[in-house]
Amino acid sequence: MSVAILREGDYLIASIQSDLSDSEVVELRNELTELVGTHRSRGIVIDVAALVVIDSFVARALRSIVLSAKLRGAETVIVGIQPDVAIAMVHFRLNLQPLRVALDLDQARSLLDRLTSGGGGDGR
Amino acid sequence: MDDEVRVALRTDADLVNARAQGRAMAEQLGFPRPDPTLIATAISEVGRNIVRHVGCGEIILRPLQEADRYGLVVIARDEGPGILDVEAALRDDYSGMGGLGLGLPGARRLMDDFEIESSADSGTIVTMKKWRVRDELARLREERRRRE
Repeated sequence: MSVAILREGDYLIASIQSDLSDSEVVELRNELTELVGTHRSRGIVIDVAALVVIDSFVARALRSIVLSAKLRGAETVIVGIQPDVAIAMVHFRLNLQPLRVALDLDQARSLLDRLTSGGGGDGR
Repeated sequence: MDDEVRVALRTDADLVNARAQGRAMAEQLGFPRPDPTLIATAISEVGRNIVRHVGCGEIILRPLQEADRYGLVVIARDEGPGILDVEAALRDDYSGMGGLGLGLPGARRLMDDFEIESSADSGTIVTMKKWRVRDELARLREERRRRE
């Protein structure tokens, strides 16, 4: 699967490397939900900058990642939605709740720090 | 037509290919941002219906050239059981995820023209087009090209 998943303290950083097929998106969801337990992670950042299309299926899958991770005790932040992709999503009127988004990795980390009440992504 | 691109759809990897091809053709035709992404998203949505609900079909991409505008037509074709209620499939449901969940209302909003022909005997053909008006310089160039 073309997603690199790194562990950074209490957080998992999933960096999508290329456009993903539907089954790869589902695989990513399953893997992240599993890893949250393995590493006792409290937060997930998903970098979607490489996705050229976020359509109804991908949006639903992202939502499903957020909800299943939450049931495993982790918060999720999406980063890197491309400008054109953002515009397409608005035209499409995709329902994005409860996605939390940030512009980049730094913003995502500080958002997660707040959401997990100072859980820290720096190896604590 | 020699510029036509056909992508056979069987797997979700074919779907990734189809949207990449659509995007590439839109960029090559000169569509400004964010149009190539809107077109790729619409292709993804109608193509997925074929892969998931029918199993196989194809996407045909074709450039359109007129004197004062250019465009791209996407034809998504399958020989499946057809869409029983096309009206309902085009209606938005409350969640905004699109009618019967086929994503067709969303795809329609991303494109300019959108038509569905569907029957139980011959399957479904979705034809959708995106247009761009040429600026004056491009219009004169196209006129000259047509005269030659």
